[in-house]
Amino acid sequence: MKKQLLAILLLVSPALLLAAGGGSVHLDKANIDPTNKDSLQRGAKTFVNYCMGCHSAKYQRYNRLARDLGISEEDVMENLMFTGEKIGDQMDIAMTSAMGKKWFGAAPPDLTLVARVRGVDWLYSYMRTFYQDDSRPFGVNNRVFSNVGMPNVLWQLQGVQKPVYKTETDDEGHEHQILEGLEIVEAGTQSAEEFDRTVRDLVNFLAYMGEPVKLERQSLGIKVLLFLLLFFVVAYLLKKEYWKDVH
Amino acid sequence: MGMLVNLRDWIDARFPLTKMWEEHLSKYYAPKNFNFWYFFGSLALLVLVIQIITGIFLTMNYKPSADEAFASVEYIMRDVEWGWLIRYMHSTGASAFFLVVYLHMFRAMLYGSYKQPRELLWLFGMMIYLALMAEAFFGYLLPWGQMSYWGAQVIISLFGAIPVIGDDLSLWIRGDFVISDVTLNRFFALHVIAVPLVLLVLVVMHILALHEVGSNNPDGVEIKKNKDENGIPKDGIPFHPYYTVKDIVGVVVFLMFFSFVMFFIPEGGGYFLEAPNFEPADPLKTPEHIAPVWYFTPYYAMLRAVTVDIGPLSAKFLGVIVMGAAVVILFFLPWLDRSPVKSIRYRGPIYKIMLAAFVVSFFVLGYLGTQAPTAGRTMLAQAGTIVYFAFFLLMPIYTRIDKTKPVPDRVTG
Amino acid sequence: MSGDGVDTSKRRFLIAATTVVGGVGAVYTAVPFLASWMPSERAKAAGAPVEADISKLEDGQMIRVQWRGKPVWVVKRTEEMVAALPGLDAKLRDPESVDPQQPEYAQNVTRSIKPEILVAVGICTHLGCSPSFAPEAVPQPYDAEWKGGFFCVCHGSRFDLAGRVFQGVPAPLNLEVPPHKYISESLILIGDDRGAA
Repeated sequence: MKKQLLAILLLVSPALLLAAGGGSVHLDKANIDPTNKDSLQRGAKTFVNYCMGCHSAKYQRYNRLARDLGISEEDVMENLMFTGEKIGDQMDIAMTSAMGKKWFGAAPPDLTLVARVRGVDWLYSYMRTFYQDDSRPFGVNNRVFSNVGMPNVLWQLQGVQKPVYKTETDDEGHEHQILEGLEIVEAGTQSAEEFDRTVRDLVNFLAYMGEPVKLERQSLGIKVLLFLLLFFVVAYLLKKEYWKDVH
Repeated sequence: MGMLVNLRDWIDARFPLTKMWEEHLSKYYAPKNFNFWYFFGSLALLVLVIQIITGIFLTMNYKPSADEAFASVEYIMRDVEWGWLIRYMHSTGASAFFLVVYLHMFRAMLYGSYKQPRELLWLFGMMIYLALMAEAFFGYLLPWGQMSYWGAQVIISLFGAIPVIGDDLSLWIRGDFVISDVTLNRFFALHVIAVPLVLLVLVVMHILALHEVGSNNPDGVEIKKNKDENGIPKDGIPFHPYYTVKDIVGVVVFLMFFSFVMFFIPEGGGYFLEAPNFEPADPLKTPEHIAPVWYFTPYYAMLRAVTVDIGPLSAKFLGVIVMGAAVVILFFLPWLDRSPVKSIRYRGPIYKIMLAAFVVSFFVLGYLGTQAPTAGRTMLAQAGTIVYFAFFLLMPIYTRIDKTKPVPDRVTG
Repeated sequence: MSGDGVDTSKRRFLIAATTVVGGVGAVYTAVPFLASWMPSERAKAAGAPVEADISKLEDGQMIRVQWRGKPVWVVKRTEEMVAALPGLDAKLRDPESVDPQQPEYAQNVTRSIKPEILVAVGICTHLGCSPSFAPEAVPQPYDAEWKGGFFCVCHGSRFDLAGRVFQGVPAPLNLEVPPHKYISESLILIGDDRGAA
């Protein structure tokens, strides 16, 4: 018994140790709600209008999007499909990665799985922390992804942000400029709250695309566990009955 | 009913069906005091079956080429009916396999199940462990994600550290100058056919070796020493129906944990399905953090713990030697252990402390293997490596001097 | 293990209960594996309905479109061609199209929605070759009284201009008419007849 407890403790402790560790940049919580279809629909619209010029989502099919987000196929074709694709097609774009590399230095990556690679908090923070930086090719830098090669596509909604620096002296007496925060210097068409919601919806949609079957899998999981509970009860009674023989 | 009996007799006249049923199930007498630690053998067999079946169905849609592999996995996840379930079963099963096998091996260390006359049983088990590690290594390249590619790159370059033959050996393993489509295709063949066949043969040998000498038990008492007038061990019970019925409960509980992971946390917090692997392999871009999958991390930590060259032997090569030795030394366990008693229940305090230290070092090394190295972590890994090896290398001494308790004649439960 | 005091009926019940629950579990587990053989989303997308534009189709002309990897013929028959069809009944295996080789709306003498337009899968019902188009009502080596139709070079099967199979040839059935509907006067959607008559 003691050995079992020790084993279980040791199995759990790495998880505890790991939970303590964090990344180097603070990330805001995205707080997405995968069951909120309205949010997903808004996110889909933002994605198609602002992102798909450069980024494909080539593993996601339009008809699946229609089914999962509760949109009719006609509405999808009218509002989300602009280049004559069929409803069963995947969300691909004309720009190949060779073209992208040539035009942008690095090919804009496909985004179907980006939420599984980066995580929703990272994406939520990334999309909101672009700031003016004249030394960069597109005039912007990013707090979460230093020296990113991407322009701030949502600037018209968010507005323009400038970095706010603070001077810090280190142990050896040298002064450093530390990026403390960002502030809006030119307003966009959305307030901070509205923009947060826009990005949250977009991230919600990206999370959906990363794994469209997620909600179905969780719901099936409950049923499976309940079934196994029933199975456990019968199997345990059977075991107990036979083991009456053994003394 | 009579028809079935006739059929059975017809078969028995031509094939040892009833003989095998009796020898291995209904008249195989196992000790009656099996506890929690004795579930993991049958669970390992279950996971093997799960991996084979899900593996077969994945192969129906997976494309083993560098151009198509990654996309074919997403095809399985999205376009193939229930493909997502089959994929998650296989990925969860891979981690479950190692968890179950580690617990199964630990049982042997608790109760001395590797000691005479079970040394060969232990050796077959160790060969299964090696084959399993190879199977996992080959399989991990197949999704062709960033971690697949770079993890394989790192491990194969370890072979490059071997003096004289290293570079040629790496080239031969890869079949190309870098990990490429050629490597992927051959790893696919090894993962899907070659190693599974080896595993199946070894598992059969493992079970035959077990049944030849009979199972050990938590008291380390040899039940064959006390037989009744019919030649049946007094502390033995037929495997069927008692352990078949008990193992079904074990299976159901296991499936509950397995299903919980599969349906609610298939990524396992980034340890069962690693985040960088959702990005296609890019030979020009190394991920920030390359770590092997969790079940290899203790050995990875030991590899990185060796930081000094010795003469012409590089630290990298010595790290490979240490890592290899850490696995190989397990083979020698039956001969390193000089204790007259088998089970930890009757061993002295030294063994208990050493075993606890071994377990702690395995966990600490495992954790360190997932992290980026720092000066402090490297020192800790070095300490862990020393403790790990001390458990084995000092064993001939401390098992001889340890103060053991008298072992009973009959099992205690 | 004692033989007496064993509640056999309880054991039998529990064995039965466990077997039933386990069996149900096994079936539920098998379903996803078997279902994974159903056409994938990719196969379904590739097998999606196709449009055939007949605005420029001339009398006696045939166009081919591909649907689900198969050739589908769209033929514009002249009035004479249509008028000749009933006269062939005696030479045909299945003049009334009794065998289920066509949707309801094509179970007529012209085997079509519009009398002049034939839509048929261009695969011989014998062993799968694609027959050639022989619309001219001129004597042929295989039929001195040929009124136009399709001739399969592989084993000599013949079909009339409604895709109906002749007697005395290896092919057993009329050509398949796929589900289809008219989206407009000049646009046919092949592979989908939802909402059609």
